[in-house]
Amino acid sequence: MPKQIHLAAHFPGVNNTTVWSDPAAGSHIEFSSFVRLAQTAERAKFDFFFLAEGLRLREQGGKIYDLDVVGRPDTFAVLAALAAVTERLGLTGTINSTFNEPYEVARQFASLDHLSAGRAGWNVVTSWDAFTGENFRRGGFLPEDQRYVRAKRFLETAAELFDSWRDGDVVADKASGRFVARDDVGAFERHDEQFDISGRFTVPRSPQGRPVILQAGDSEEGREFAAATADAIFTRHGTKEAGQAFYADVKGRLAKYGRKHSDLVVLPAATFVLGDTDAEAHELADVVRRQQVSGQTAIRFLEQVWNRDLSDYDPDGPLPDVEPVTGEHTIAKGRAQTRMYRDPLATAKQWRELAEAKNLSIRELMIEVTGRQNFIGSPSSVAEAINDLVQSDASDGFILVPHVTPGGLDPFADKVVPLLQERGVFRTDYTGPTLRDHLGLARPS
Amino acid sequence: MSQSLRLAAALDGAGWHPAAWREPDARPGELFTAGYWVDLAAEAERGLLDFVTIEDSLAPQTDRADRVQGRLDAVLIASRVAPATRHLGFVPTVVATHTEPFHISKAIATLDYVSTGRAGVRVRITAQQRDADHFGRRQVPSREDLFDEAADYVEVVRRLWDSWEDDAEIRDVATGRFVDRDKLHYIDFEGRFFSVKGPSITPRPPQGQPPVAVLAHVPVTYRLAERGADLVFVTERDAPVAGPLVFTDLVVFLDETEQAARDRKARLDEVAGEEYTSDAEIFVGTPAQLAERLLDRPTFGFRLRPAAIPHDLTAITRGLVPELRQRGVFRREYEASTLRGLLGLDRPANRYAA
Repeated sequence: MPKQIHLAAHFPGVNNTTVWSDPAAGSHIEFSSFVRLAQTAERAKFDFFFLAEGLRLREQGGKIYDLDVVGRPDTFAVLAALAAVTERLGLTGTINSTFNEPYEVARQFASLDHLSAGRAGWNVVTSWDAFTGENFRRGGFLPEDQRYVRAKRFLETAAELFDSWRDGDVVADKASGRFVARDDVGAFERHDEQFDISGRFTVPRSPQGRPVILQAGDSEEGREFAAATADAIFTRHGTKEAGQAFYADVKGRLAKYGRKHSDLVVLPAATFVLGDTDAEAHELADVVRRQQVSGQTAIRFLEQVWNRDLSDYDPDGPLPDVEPVTGEHTIAKGRAQTRMYRDPLATAKQWRELAEAKNLSIRELMIEVTGRQNFIGSPSSVAEAINDLVQSDASDGFILVPHVTPGGLDPFADKVVPLLQERGVFRTDYTGPTLRDHLGLARPS
Repeated sequence: MSQSLRLAAALDGAGWHPAAWREPDARPGELFTAGYWVDLAAEAERGLLDFVTIEDSLAPQTDRADRVQGRLDAVLIASRVAPATRHLGFVPTVVATHTEPFHISKAIATLDYVSTGRAGVRVRITAQQRDADHFGRRQVPSREDLFDEAADYVEVVRRLWDSWEDDAEIRDVATGRFVDRDKLHYIDFEGRFFSVKGPSITPRPPQGQPPVAVLAHVPVTYRLAERGADLVFVTERDAPVAGPLVFTDLVVFLDETEQAARDRKARLDEVAGEEYTSDAEIFVGTPAQLAERLLDRPTFGFRLRPAAIPHDLTAITRGLVPELRQRGVFRREYEASTLRGLLGLDRPANRYAA
């Protein structure tokens, strides 16, 4: 039997992936949009719905960034509400371990797991910047080298809280008058270099025991962290070879933690553009890329590497002849991209060479180097490509990021999923009620 | 009908009496399921109540194995249940003492989005050392400080709700701008206990400002009520709270006869091993008698705490409500689609809008 593919749907937003100017684009904040995407994903028997998080509006050049979708709802409240309008779909969201406390987050995730009857998933991320910390009463600034330490301890502490009630602790026996099995259900104690807490947890053990833990990250530390603690890892890899290398690497790290190959599901994020034919899809993909990277967006991207104001440059002209400003990053705040280019001088050199070789303007270059369209083609081509990557162990499936909110997943659900089902590589119905069931993960003891 | 009495039900586990979970119709094994809360909300909506409150705390309710222990996060319960209803308001409790106003601001704003304008929030403090131990952060400050901190918390939450003007999202294809950044505002809150920069990550909620409620039961709480609340729940007559909309809290034991209600309370007390007491007035009697009691000393509204769920909740929705209607003081259909609308509150202007 061929490997079974896992698929998830990411609600897009707050990034230039989302084409808000498309006539088909709807609200990114009204609940009806979330319902639409989640119900499409459930209709297509996806494993889960995924929601990202943001804790400070991004800024560039000292001003709030205004070119992309801005604004998001609260992760927990949306996921809990989506549990009301779906029955099987996993409900996963990003929650930061820096600007939260484990007692509160564990309580919220355990509550979500109860309220969704076992469908909760937690993407654990870390932040470190004082910029985001300014929105929090405790500040929350964390030196970058400590972020995985805190995240690791945070997860360990949360696991202890999830486990603080045992299965069967809620007796609720009217006749004997015993509501809980022990007087001190939920007792916990945790003392380490990050947390010094004790007391009693309020939420009984949840249907999944613990929510599914997802983690993103390509760094050495991130991979090790995922291999040790995560149920699923997501990432971005542009090519089959890069995906296979990553897959082999993270799966290879599992044994030393006493975990087996199937204990960690590898799910890269991926975009798609569908057309009736491959040629039509490629034409459409070019249009989408130009919508995603306007002239202004291209300049803003370039500024994130150059770390200086480039607003006087013509996006249809050549790259700036000035060099990036190195050292502290002052131009763009609240952006992941500023971390992606560790050596801006080298990036600038590489980009100049590329622009020269292909005769690209600023905008054309930005379209090329920030491109992350993974699957472009007819439904059968896309189904084939996805299946090939999964069967060749470049991943276990994908988290799909539509470029139009909220209807962008519909063509995938209607046209690609049936082809995967025909090939016998994707479920035609859910086989269990919980997210762990969908992902083939055991309930933790 | 010009003067409709406002009615709310205070939901807490199996009811407010500690032995309520042992009643024949109680569903104690389901307290941690969505279905239980969906059913309670549906019942409240069937009775055309204005809203339900959902209690919460950061520590277990008791250390006794013969009483209900454990609860789910109230904001998440409200968010889970709201899409299954159409008119009822939801006022979950949040604890201001150890949580982040930024998180709560967006959570309640989101509850307002998922309920299309039916969110409120009740803010409370905790002075318990054991709650503080769950966060490992500090010794418990004085009650005065805790309430002042909570007042700052409410101020921050409110500023964050206003930090987006209603028309901040412009989607101007011509200029490539999704938002008009001039309509997004830093709140720049600097207080004695914390500071918060803003703006919110979540756009202004449908109601603009979801109603903020405070339970005012001792003098130190009155100041918080006056500084930060739209709604005040009071547990004593003639509480010195001015201005906002006052709901009087009553714990209710209801039955078809007064004797039956008394017998039931006595039976529950016996099971619990002690007589039930409350910070609020305890009413024992028939729905008709309760209707008379409410009209005898009317306030803007009443928040009724069912002693046992579902029994006393159903007695409110199917017994008390018809009695009030007969007397011409309660609605026959929902007249507004938002919680503010039900409470007769206008949608407030944004403090930051020019």
